[in-house]
Amino acid sequence: MQVYADNAATAKPKKAALEEYTRVAEEFFGNPSSLHSAGQRAKEVLTDCRGRIANLLGAEENEIIFTSGGSESDNQAIESAAKFGRAKGKTKIISTAIEHHAVLHTLEKLKKEGFEIVLLPVGTDGIVKLEDVKKEVDEKTCLVSVMLANNEIGTIQPVEEIGKICKERKVLFHTDAVQAVGHMKVDVKALSCDYLALSAHKFGGPRGVGALYVRKGAPLYPLIEGGAQEKGKRAGTENLPAVAAMTVALEDSLAHLEETNKRVTALRDKLIANLKKIPHSALNGDPVKRLGGNVSFCFEGIEGESLLLLIDDKGICASSGSACTSGSLDPSHVLLAIGRVHDVAHGSLRLSLSEETTEEEIDYMSREIPKVVEYLRSISPVWRDLQEGKRTYIL
Amino acid sequence: MSLYSEKVMDHFKHPRNVGVIENPDGVGEVGNAKCGDIMKIYLKIENDIIADVKFETFGCGSAIASSSMATELIKGKPLKDALKLTNQAVAEALDGLPAYKMHCSVLAEQAIRSAILDYYTKHNIPFDPELLKACEHCEEDE
Repeated sequence: MQVYADNAATAKPKKAALEEYTRVAEEFFGNPSSLHSAGQRAKEVLTDCRGRIANLLGAEENEIIFTSGGSESDNQAIESAAKFGRAKGKTKIISTAIEHHAVLHTLEKLKKEGFEIVLLPVGTDGIVKLEDVKKEVDEKTCLVSVMLANNEIGTIQPVEEIGKICKERKVLFHTDAVQAVGHMKVDVKALSCDYLALSAHKFGGPRGVGALYVRKGAPLYPLIEGGAQEKGKRAGTENLPAVAAMTVALEDSLAHLEETNKRVTALRDKLIANLKKIPHSALNGDPVKRLGGNVSFCFEGIEGESLLLLIDDKGICASSGSACTSGSLDPSHVLLAIGRVHDVAHGSLRLSLSEETTEEEIDYMSREIPKVVEYLRSISPVWRDLQEGKRTYIL
Repeated sequence: MSLYSEKVMDHFKHPRNVGVIENPDGVGEVGNAKCGDIMKIYLKIENDIIADVKFETFGCGSAIASSSMATELIKGKPLKDALKLTNQAVAEALDGLPAYKMHCSVLAEQAIRSAILDYYTKHNIPFDPELLKACEHCEEDE
Protein backbone atom coordinates (compact mmCIF):
# COMPACT_ATOMS: atom_id res chain seq x y z
CA MET A 1 0.00 0.00 0.00
CA GLN A 2 1.23 3.50 -0.82
CA VAL A 3 0.37 6.20 1.72
CA TYR A 4 1.41 9.78 1.21
CA ALA A 5 1.41 11.32 4.69
CA ASP A 6 3.73 14.26 4.16
CA ASN A 7 1.23 16.85 2.99
CA ALA A 8 2.69 19.49 5.30
CA ALA A 9 5.91 19.25 3.27
CA THR A 10 4.07 19.48 0.01
CA ALA A 11 0.50 18.50 -0.77
CA LYS A 12 -0.42 16.51 -3.84
CA PRO A 13 -1.47 19.06 -6.48
CA LYS A 14 -5.18 19.19 -7.21
CA LYS A 15 -6.19 18.03 -10.67
CA ALA A 16 -8.24 21.17 -11.25
CA ALA A 17 -5.18 23.29 -10.38
CA LEU A 18 -2.94 21.41 -12.82
CA GLU A 19 -5.54 21.75 -15.57
CA GLU A 20 -5.84 25.45 -14.87
CA TYR A 21 -2.04 25.72 -15.03
CA THR A 22 -1.96 24.15 -18.47
CA ARG A 23 -4.94 26.13 -19.73
CA VAL A 24 -3.50 29.49 -18.66
CA ALA A 25 0.00 28.61 -19.87
CA GLU A 26 -1.38 27.77 -23.30
CA GLU A 27 -4.03 30.42 -23.72
CA PHE A 28 -2.55 33.36 -21.83
CA PHE A 29 1.14 33.17 -22.64
CA GLY A 30 1.39 36.90 -23.23
CA ASN A 31 3.45 38.96 -20.82
CA PRO A 32 1.06 40.91 -18.56
CA SER A 33 3.38 43.92 -18.90
CA SER A 34 3.00 43.99 -22.71
CA LEU A 35 0.66 46.54 -24.24
CA HIS A 36 -0.61 44.31 -27.05
CA SER A 37 -3.81 42.35 -26.76
CA ALA A 38 -2.13 39.03 -25.84
CA GLY A 39 -0.38 40.80 -22.95
CA GLN A 40 -3.51 42.57 -21.84
CA ARG A 41 -5.51 39.34 -21.85
CA ALA A 42 -2.88 37.82 -19.57
CA LYS A 43 -3.04 40.89 -17.36
CA GLU A 44 -6.78 40.45 -17.03
CA VAL A 45 -6.26 36.91 -15.75
CA LEU A 46 -3.68 38.17 -13.26
CA THR A 47 -6.01 40.88 -11.98
CA ASP A 48 -8.86 38.42 -11.77
CA CYS A 49 -6.76 35.97 -9.71
CA ARG A 50 -5.59 38.73 -7.40
CA GLY A 51 -9.18 39.69 -6.73
CA ARG A 52 -10.24 36.12 -6.08
CA ILE A 53 -7.33 35.41 -3.70
CA ALA A 54 -8.01 38.69 -1.89
CA ASN A 55 -11.67 37.78 -1.60
CA LEU A 56 -10.86 34.39 -0.07
CA LEU A 57 -8.72 36.07 2.60
CA GLY A 58 -11.04 38.97 3.33
CA ALA A 59 -8.55 41.41 1.80
CA GLU A 60 -8.67 44.07 -0.93
CA GLU A 61 -7.33 43.28 -4.38
CA ASN A 62 -4.50 45.80 -4.06
CA GLU A 63 -3.35 44.20 -0.81
CA ILE A 64 -2.09 40.99 -2.49
CA ILE A 65 1.43 40.58 -3.90
CA PHE A 66 2.30 37.39 -5.75
CA THR A 67 5.66 35.88 -4.81
CA SER A 68 7.65 32.69 -5.31
CA GLY A 69 6.26 31.17 -2.13
CA GLY A 70 6.18 31.22 1.65
CA SER A 71 9.85 31.88 2.26
CA GLU A 72 9.96 34.90 -0.01
CA SER A 73 6.74 36.28 1.48
CA ASP A 74 8.06 35.88 5.03
CA ASN A 75 11.38 37.44 4.10
CA GLN A 76 9.83 40.44 2.40
CA ALA A 77 7.34 41.15 5.19
CA ILE A 78 9.96 40.99 7.93
CA GLU A 79 12.64 42.91 6.02
CA SER A 80 10.13 45.62 5.13
CA ALA A 81 8.89 46.11 8.70
CA ALA A 82 12.48 46.09 9.97
CA LYS A 83 13.62 48.68 7.44
CA PHE A 84 10.65 50.89 8.29
CA GLY A 85 11.26 50.44 12.02
CA ARG A 86 14.96 51.22 11.83
CA ALA A 87 14.24 54.54 10.10
CA LYS A 88 12.16 55.44 13.15
CA GLY A 89 14.69 54.15 15.66
CA LYS A 90 12.63 51.06 16.47
CA THR A 91 14.88 48.04 16.37
CA LYS A 92 13.16 45.36 18.45
CA ILE A 93 11.39 42.41 16.83
CA ILE A 94 9.33 39.88 18.74
CA SER A 95 8.73 36.38 17.41
CA THR A 96 8.53 32.82 18.75
CA ALA A 97 10.92 29.93 19.22
CA ILE A 98 8.87 27.67 16.94
CA GLU A 99 8.81 29.74 13.74
CA HIS A 100 9.79 28.33 10.36
CA HIS A 101 13.41 28.91 9.32
CA ALA A 102 12.18 31.39 6.69
CA VAL A 103 11.33 33.63 9.65
CA LEU A 104 14.06 32.57 12.09
CA HIS A 105 16.95 32.92 9.66
CA THR A 106 15.69 36.32 8.48
CA LEU A 107 15.62 37.40 12.13
CA GLU A 108 19.12 36.03 12.71
CA LYS A 109 20.33 38.12 9.82
CA LEU A 110 18.64 41.22 11.26
CA LYS A 111 20.19 40.49 14.63
CA LYS A 112 23.62 40.72 13.00
CA GLU A 113 22.52 44.08 11.62
CA GLY A 114 21.84 45.36 15.13
CA PHE A 115 18.21 44.43 15.78
CA GLU A 116 17.14 43.12 19.15
CA ILE A 117 15.36 39.81 18.50
CA VAL A 118 13.13 38.34 21.20
CA LEU A 119 11.97 34.76 20.58
CA LEU A 120 9.11 34.00 22.93
CA PRO A 121 9.00 30.49 24.40
CA VAL A 122 6.01 28.20 24.01
CA GLY A 123 4.46 25.92 26.60
CA THR A 124 4.71 22.13 26.43
CA ASP A 125 1.45 22.40 24.44
CA GLY A 126 3.37 24.20 21.67
CA ILE A 127 1.41 27.43 22.03
CA VAL A 128 2.76 30.90 22.74
CA LYS A 129 1.33 32.76 25.76
CA LEU A 130 -0.47 36.07 25.27
CA GLU A 131 0.99 37.50 28.50
CA ASP A 132 4.48 36.97 27.08
CA VAL A 133 3.56 38.95 23.98
CA LYS A 134 2.01 41.75 26.07
CA LYS A 135 5.06 41.88 28.31
CA GLU A 136 7.54 42.19 25.46
CA VAL A 137 5.82 44.68 23.15
CA ASP A 138 7.19 48.13 23.92
CA GLU A 139 7.83 51.46 22.20
CA LYS A 140 11.03 50.11 20.65
CA THR A 141 9.21 47.24 18.93
CA CYS A 142 8.79 47.55 15.16
CA LEU A 143 7.37 44.10 14.42
CA VAL A 144 5.74 41.08 15.97
CA SER A 145 5.85 37.89 13.86
CA VAL A 146 3.92 34.81 14.99
CA MET A 147 2.97 31.89 12.80
CA LEU A 148 -0.68 30.90 12.52
CA ALA A 149 -0.06 27.14 12.59
CA ASN A 150 3.18 25.34 13.22
CA ASN A 151 4.63 23.20 10.44
CA GLU A 152 6.01 20.42 12.62
CA ILE A 153 3.54 19.92 15.44
CA GLY A 154 0.53 21.65 13.86
CA THR A 155 -0.33 23.80 16.87
CA ILE A 156 -2.52 26.81 16.17
CA GLN A 157 -1.35 30.04 17.75
CA PRO A 158 -3.64 32.70 19.25
CA VAL A 159 -2.94 34.99 16.33
CA GLU A 160 -6.27 36.82 16.49
CA GLU A 161 -5.55 37.95 20.06
CA ILE A 162 -1.94 38.78 19.27
CA GLY A 163 -3.15 40.84 16.31
CA LYS A 164 -5.40 42.84 18.61
CA ILE A 165 -2.53 43.53 21.03
CA CYS A 166 -0.36 44.75 18.15
CA LYS A 167 -3.11 46.90 16.72
CA GLU A 168 -3.70 48.54 20.12
CA ARG A 169 0.01 49.19 20.60
CA LYS A 170 0.42 50.30 16.98
CA VAL A 171 3.07 47.70 16.22
CA LEU A 172 3.27 45.98 12.82
CA PHE A 173 2.18 42.35 12.90
CA HIS A 174 3.16 39.57 10.50
CA THR A 175 1.82 36.05 10.49
CA ASP A 176 3.34 33.13 8.61
CA ALA A 177 0.14 31.37 7.56
CA VAL A 178 1.81 28.93 5.16
CA GLN A 179 0.52 25.84 6.98
CA ALA A 180 -2.86 27.34 7.77
CA VAL A 181 -4.19 28.80 4.52
CA GLY A 182 -6.41 26.28 2.75
CA HIS A 183 -6.74 24.23 5.94
CA MET A 184 -8.61 26.59 8.24
CA LYS A 185 -10.61 29.77 7.91
CA VAL A 186 -8.21 32.68 7.49
CA ASP A 187 -9.49 36.25 7.45
CA VAL A 188 -6.93 39.03 7.52
CA LYS A 189 -9.36 41.47 9.16
CA ALA A 190 -10.19 39.03 11.95
CA LEU A 191 -6.48 38.41 12.49
CA SER A 192 -5.70 42.17 12.51
CA CYS A 193 -2.46 41.41 10.70
CA ASP A 194 -0.42 43.78 8.56
CA TYR A 195 1.28 40.97 6.67
CA LEU A 196 0.30 37.38 5.97
CA ALA A 197 2.40 34.85 4.05
CA LEU A 198 0.98 31.90 2.13
CA SER A 199 2.29 29.21 -0.18
CA ALA A 200 0.35 27.42 -2.92
CA HIS A 201 1.88 23.95 -2.69
CA LYS A 202 0.62 23.48 0.85
CA PHE A 203 -2.99 23.43 -0.34
CA GLY A 204 -2.80 21.61 -3.66
CA GLY A 205 -1.41 24.37 -5.83
CA PRO A 206 1.92 24.25 -7.67
CA ARG A 207 5.33 24.82 -6.09
CA GLY A 208 7.21 28.07 -6.57
CA VAL A 209 4.26 30.37 -6.11
CA GLY A 210 2.73 32.09 -3.11
CA ALA A 211 1.40 35.39 -1.97
CA LEU A 212 1.91 38.08 0.59
CA TYR A 213 -0.99 40.02 2.00
CA VAL A 214 0.08 43.54 2.90
CA ARG A 215 -2.47 45.73 4.65
CA LYS A 216 -3.06 48.96 2.78
CA GLY A 217 -0.69 51.51 4.27
CA ALA A 218 1.77 48.98 5.76
CA PRO A 219 5.35 49.51 4.56
CA LEU A 220 6.62 47.23 1.81
CA TYR A 221 9.97 47.29 0.04
CA PRO A 222 11.03 45.02 -2.82
CA LEU A 223 13.49 42.18 -2.25
CA ILE A 224 13.96 41.81 -5.99
CA GLU A 225 14.71 44.89 -8.08
CA GLY A 226 13.80 45.18 -11.74
CA GLY A 227 10.59 45.87 -13.59
CA ALA A 228 7.46 47.46 -12.22
CA GLN A 229 5.52 44.22 -11.73
CA GLU A 230 3.40 43.88 -8.59
CA LYS A 231 3.23 47.66 -8.24
CA GLY A 232 7.00 47.83 -8.14
CA LYS A 233 7.19 45.66 -5.01
CA ARG A 234 8.27 42.44 -6.71
CA ALA A 235 10.13 42.56 -10.00
CA GLY A 236 10.12 39.70 -12.49
CA THR A 237 7.60 38.51 -15.06
CA GLU A 238 4.61 37.11 -13.21
CA ASN A 239 4.27 33.32 -13.03
CA LEU A 240 0.74 33.58 -14.36
CA PRO A 241 -0.10 29.88 -14.87
CA ALA A 242 1.06 29.13 -11.32
CA VAL A 243 -0.89 32.09 -9.91
CA ALA A 244 -4.03 30.88 -11.70
CA ALA A 245 -3.50 27.30 -10.49
CA MET A 246 -2.97 28.57 -6.93
CA THR A 247 -6.23 30.50 -7.14
CA VAL A 248 -8.17 27.43 -8.25
CA ALA A 249 -6.53 25.28 -5.57
CA LEU A 250 -7.42 27.72 -2.81
CA GLU A 251 -10.99 28.15 -4.01
CA ASP A 252 -11.39 24.40 -4.16
CA SER A 253 -9.89 23.88 -0.68
CA LEU A 254 -12.07 26.50 0.92
CA ALA A 255 -15.24 25.39 -0.86
CA HIS A 256 -15.13 22.07 1.05
CA LEU A 257 -13.27 23.27 4.11
CA GLU A 258 -15.77 22.35 6.81
CA GLU A 259 -16.58 18.86 5.62
CA THR A 260 -12.92 18.15 4.80
CA ASN A 261 -11.79 19.27 8.24
CA LYS A 262 -14.45 17.25 9.97
CA ARG A 263 -13.42 14.10 8.13
CA VAL A 264 -9.65 14.65 8.32
CA THR A 265 -9.77 15.57 12.01
CA ALA A 266 -11.61 12.33 12.78
CA LEU A 267 -8.94 10.36 10.88
CA ARG A 268 -6.19 12.31 12.67
CA ASP A 269 -7.67 11.53 16.07
CA LYS A 270 -8.01 7.86 15.19
CA LEU A 271 -4.36 7.68 14.14
CA ILE A 272 -3.27 9.56 17.27
CA ALA A 273 -5.25 7.18 19.49
CA ASN A 274 -3.71 4.17 17.74
CA LEU A 275 -0.11 5.41 17.90
CA LYS A 276 -0.54 6.39 21.55
CA LYS A 277 -0.88 2.68 22.29
CA ILE A 278 2.83 2.32 21.54
CA PRO A 279 4.46 2.27 24.98
CA HIS A 280 6.72 5.20 25.86
CA SER A 281 5.49 7.42 23.07
CA ALA A 282 3.99 10.91 23.21
CA LEU A 283 2.00 13.20 20.97
CA ASN A 284 3.74 16.50 20.32
CA GLY A 285 1.68 19.64 20.75
CA ASP A 286 -1.82 20.35 21.96
CA PRO A 287 -4.21 17.50 21.05
CA VAL A 288 -7.05 19.87 20.07
CA LYS A 289 -5.59 23.23 19.04
CA ARG A 290 -3.79 21.72 16.06
CA LEU A 291 -4.21 21.45 12.31
CA GLY A 292 -6.78 18.89 11.23
CA GLY A 293 -4.18 16.75 9.46
CA ASN A 294 -1.18 16.94 11.79
CA VAL A 295 0.03 13.93 13.76
CA SER A 296 3.42 14.37 15.46
CA PHE A 297 4.93 11.82 17.83
CA CYS A 298 8.10 11.07 19.73
CA PHE A 299 9.02 7.45 20.34
CA GLU A 300 11.58 6.78 23.03
CA GLY A 301 14.62 4.61 22.32
CA ILE A 302 14.76 4.99 18.54
CA GLU A 303 15.99 7.50 15.99
CA GLY A 304 13.69 9.18 13.50
CA GLU A 305 15.59 8.80 10.25
CA SER A 306 15.79 5.01 10.48
CA LEU A 307 12.08 5.00 11.33
CA LEU A 308 11.33 7.14 8.26
CA LEU A 309 13.34 4.95 5.91
CA LEU A 310 11.78 1.74 7.16
CA ILE A 311 8.20 2.99 6.92
CA ASP A 312 9.04 4.38 3.48
CA ASP A 313 9.97 0.82 2.61
CA LYS A 314 6.40 -0.10 3.55
CA GLY A 315 5.07 2.64 1.28
CA ILE A 316 4.47 5.31 3.93
CA CYS A 317 5.91 8.77 3.17
CA ALA A 318 6.36 10.89 6.31
CA SER A 319 8.94 13.21 7.88
CA SER A 320 10.91 13.56 11.08
CA GLY A 321 12.50 16.27 13.18
CA SER A 322 15.56 14.20 14.01
CA ALA A 323 19.00 15.73 13.54
CA CYS A 324 19.88 13.13 10.94
CA THR A 325 17.04 14.21 8.68
CA SER A 326 18.06 17.87 8.87
CA GLY A 327 21.76 17.33 8.29
CA SER A 328 22.58 19.18 11.51
CA LEU A 329 23.62 17.95 14.94
CA ASP A 330 20.52 19.16 16.71
CA PRO A 331 17.02 17.80 16.44
CA SER A 332 14.13 20.11 15.55
CA HIS A 333 14.08 23.48 17.35
CA VAL A 334 10.30 23.10 17.64
CA LEU A 335 10.53 19.85 19.58
CA LEU A 336 13.22 21.30 21.83
CA ALA A 337 11.03 24.38 22.39
CA ILE A 338 8.13 22.27 23.69
CA GLY A 339 10.50 20.68 26.18
CA ARG A 340 11.42 17.43 24.45
CA VAL A 341 14.99 16.59 25.43
CA HIS A 342 17.47 15.67 22.67
CA ASP A 343 17.25 11.94 23.43
CA VAL A 344 13.56 11.73 22.57
CA ALA A 345 13.41 14.58 20.04
CA HIS A 346 15.63 12.42 17.80
CA GLY A 347 12.86 9.83 17.73
CA SER A 348 10.17 12.00 16.18
CA LEU A 349 7.74 11.30 13.37
CA ARG A 350 5.35 13.66 11.60
CA LEU A 351 2.44 12.30 9.58
CA SER A 352 0.44 14.98 7.79
CA LEU A 353 -2.87 13.89 6.31
CA SER A 354 -4.92 15.42 3.52
CA GLU A 355 -8.46 15.35 2.20
CA GLU A 356 -7.44 12.32 0.16
CA THR A 357 -6.34 10.27 3.18
CA THR A 358 -8.56 7.22 3.62
CA GLU A 359 -9.67 5.13 6.56
CA GLU A 360 -7.74 2.19 5.06
CA GLU A 361 -4.56 4.26 5.03
CA ILE A 362 -5.03 5.18 8.70
CA ASP A 363 -5.52 1.49 9.53
CA TYR A 364 -2.44 0.55 7.51
CA MET A 365 -0.26 3.14 9.26
CA SER A 366 -1.68 2.15 12.64
CA ARG A 367 -0.67 -1.42 11.92
CA GLU A 368 2.75 -0.92 10.29
CA ILE A 369 4.31 1.92 12.29
CA PRO A 370 4.15 0.14 15.68
CA LYS A 371 5.89 -2.88 14.09
CA VAL A 372 8.77 -0.74 12.82
CA VAL A 373 9.09 1.05 16.17
CA GLU A 374 9.21 -2.32 17.90
CA TYR A 375 11.84 -3.65 15.50
CA LEU A 376 14.08 -0.59 15.88
CA ARG A 377 13.75 -0.82 19.65
CA SER A 378 14.76 -4.48 19.49
CA ILE A 379 18.15 -3.48 18.02
CA SER A 380 18.60 -0.32 20.12
CA PRO A 381 21.05 -0.34 23.04
CA VAL A 382 19.17 2.65 24.48
CA TRP A 383 15.94 0.66 24.58
CA ARG A 384 17.77 -2.27 26.21
CA ASP A 385 19.14 0.06 28.90
CA LEU A 386 15.66 1.50 29.48
CA GLN A 387 14.17 -1.97 29.82
CA GLU A 388 16.93 -3.16 32.12
CA GLY A 389 16.54 -0.11 34.33
CA LYS A 390 20.00 1.28 33.50
CA ARG A 391 18.40 4.36 32.03
CA THR A 392 15.22 6.18 33.08
CA TYR A 393 12.25 6.52 30.78
CA ILE A 394 11.52 10.09 29.79
CA LEU A 395 8.22 9.38 28.05
CA MET B 1 15.97 6.44 -2.19
CA SER B 2 19.07 8.09 -3.51
CA LEU B 3 20.32 9.53 -0.21
CA TYR B 4 22.22 6.31 0.40
CA SER B 5 23.96 3.75 -1.81
CA GLU B 6 22.27 0.42 -2.43
CA LYS B 7 24.80 -1.22 -0.15
CA VAL B 8 23.97 1.14 2.73
CA MET B 9 20.28 0.43 2.26
CA ASP B 10 20.92 -3.31 2.14
CA HIS B 11 22.92 -3.29 5.38
CA PHE B 12 20.41 -0.94 6.99
CA LYS B 13 17.37 -3.00 6.06
CA HIS B 14 19.02 -6.38 6.55
CA PRO B 15 21.68 -5.75 9.18
CA ARG B 16 24.25 -8.52 9.68
CA ASN B 17 25.31 -9.61 13.15
CA VAL B 18 22.63 -7.68 14.98
CA GLY B 19 21.94 -8.76 18.55
CA VAL B 20 23.83 -9.48 21.74
CA ILE B 21 26.39 -12.04 22.92
CA GLU B 22 25.79 -13.46 26.39
CA ASN B 23 28.91 -13.26 28.57
CA PRO B 24 30.96 -11.44 25.94
CA ASP B 25 34.74 -11.19 26.16
CA GLY B 26 34.63 -7.51 25.26
CA VAL B 27 31.95 -4.83 25.05
CA GLY B 28 32.24 -1.35 23.60
CA GLU B 29 29.67 1.42 23.58
CA VAL B 30 30.24 4.81 21.94
CA GLY B 31 28.17 7.89 21.10
CA ASN B 32 25.33 9.29 23.16
CA ALA B 33 21.58 9.50 22.89
CA LYS B 34 21.75 13.28 23.01
CA CYS B 35 23.64 13.44 19.73
CA GLY B 36 21.38 10.83 18.18
CA ASP B 37 23.51 7.72 17.82
CA ILE B 38 24.82 5.01 20.11
CA MET B 39 26.61 1.86 18.99
CA LYS B 40 27.27 -1.14 21.17
CA ILE B 41 29.57 -3.95 20.06
CA TYR B 42 29.85 -7.38 21.71
CA LEU B 43 32.88 -9.63 21.04
CA LYS B 44 33.66 -13.28 21.52
CA ILE B 45 37.42 -13.79 21.30
CA GLU B 46 39.18 -17.10 20.76
CA ASN B 47 42.98 -17.27 20.39
CA ASP B 48 43.20 -13.55 19.59
CA ILE B 49 40.67 -13.99 16.83
CA ILE B 50 37.19 -12.46 16.73
CA ALA B 51 35.14 -15.63 16.81
CA ASP B 52 31.86 -13.78 16.98
CA VAL B 53 30.63 -10.20 16.98
CA LYS B 54 27.19 -8.68 17.50
CA PHE B 55 25.93 -5.12 17.59
CA GLU B 56 23.06 -2.97 18.78
CA THR B 57 22.59 0.52 17.40
CA PHE B 58 20.38 3.48 18.18
CA GLY B 59 20.72 5.80 15.23
CA CYS B 60 19.98 6.70 11.66
CA GLY B 61 20.13 4.45 8.60
CA SER B 62 23.81 5.01 8.00
CA ALA B 63 24.65 4.35 11.66
CA ILE B 64 22.93 0.96 11.52
CA ALA B 65 24.52 0.17 8.14
CA SER B 66 27.98 1.22 9.37
CA SER B 67 27.68 -1.04 12.43
CA SER B 68 26.56 -3.94 10.27
CA MET B 69 29.38 -3.48 7.74
CA ALA B 70 32.01 -2.99 10.44
CA THR B 71 31.04 -6.24 12.15
CA GLU B 72 31.26 -8.08 8.82
CA LEU B 73 34.71 -6.65 8.19
CA ILE B 74 36.15 -7.88 11.50
CA LYS B 75 34.38 -11.18 12.01
CA GLY B 76 36.89 -14.04 11.99
CA LYS B 77 39.82 -11.60 11.84
CA PRO B 78 42.75 -11.41 14.29
CA LEU B 79 42.42 -8.65 16.90
CA LYS B 80 45.43 -6.77 15.59
CA ASP B 81 43.77 -6.52 12.16
CA ALA B 82 40.45 -5.46 13.65
CA LEU B 83 42.21 -2.68 15.52
CA LYS B 84 43.41 -1.34 12.18
CA LEU B 85 39.88 -1.02 10.81
CA THR B 86 39.36 2.61 9.78
CA ASN B 87 36.17 4.54 9.26
CA GLN B 88 37.21 5.10 5.64
CA ALA B 89 37.33 1.34 5.11
CA VAL B 90 33.82 1.01 6.52
CA ALA B 91 32.52 3.86 4.36
CA GLU B 92 34.23 2.50 1.24
CA ALA B 93 32.84 -0.98 1.83
CA LEU B 94 29.39 0.65 1.89
CA ASP B 95 30.10 2.35 -1.47
CA GLY B 96 30.39 5.67 0.30
CA LEU B 97 28.36 7.74 2.77
CA PRO B 98 27.06 11.30 2.42
CA ALA B 99 29.63 13.75 3.85
CA TYR B 100 27.52 14.67 6.88
CA LYS B 101 27.08 10.98 7.68
CA MET B 102 30.78 10.11 7.78
CA HIS B 103 30.70 10.36 11.58
CA CYS B 104 28.59 7.19 11.57
CA SER B 105 31.54 5.28 10.15
CA VAL B 106 33.80 6.93 12.75
CA LEU B 107 31.49 5.68 15.48
CA ALA B 108 31.65 2.15 14.06
CA GLU B 109 35.47 2.22 14.07
CA GLN B 110 35.49 3.50 17.64
CA ALA B 111 32.88 1.05 18.90
CA ILE B 112 35.00 -1.85 17.69
CA ARG B 113 38.17 -0.38 19.12
CA SER B 114 36.45 0.26 22.41
CA ALA B 115 35.20 -3.35 22.58
CA ILE B 116 38.70 -4.71 21.86
CA LEU B 117 40.23 -2.44 24.46
CA ASP B 118 37.63 -3.64 26.95
CA TYR B 119 38.83 -7.16 26.25
CA TYR B 120 42.47 -6.10 26.71
CA THR B 121 41.66 -4.33 29.97
CA LYS B 122 39.77 -7.32 31.37
CA HIS B 123 42.69 -9.61 30.51
CA ASN B 124 45.41 -7.19 31.62
CA ILE B 125 46.84 -6.94 28.14
CA PRO B 126 48.70 -3.64 27.68
CA PHE B 127 47.53 -1.30 24.86
CA ASP B 128 48.22 2.11 23.44
CA PRO B 129 45.82 4.60 25.13
CA GLU B 130 46.01 6.70 21.95
CA LEU B 131 43.55 4.23 20.46
CA LEU B 132 40.82 5.64 22.71
CA LYS B 133 40.18 8.93 20.98
CA ALA B 134 36.63 10.27 21.19
CA CYS B 135 34.29 11.04 18.32
CA GLU B 136 34.61 14.68 17.37
CA HIS B 137 31.02 14.78 16.20
CA CYS B 138 29.76 13.85 19.65
CA GLU B 139 32.21 16.05 21.52
CA GLU B 140 31.01 19.00 19.50
CA ASP B 141 27.48 18.34 20.67
CA GLU B 142 28.31 18.23 24.39
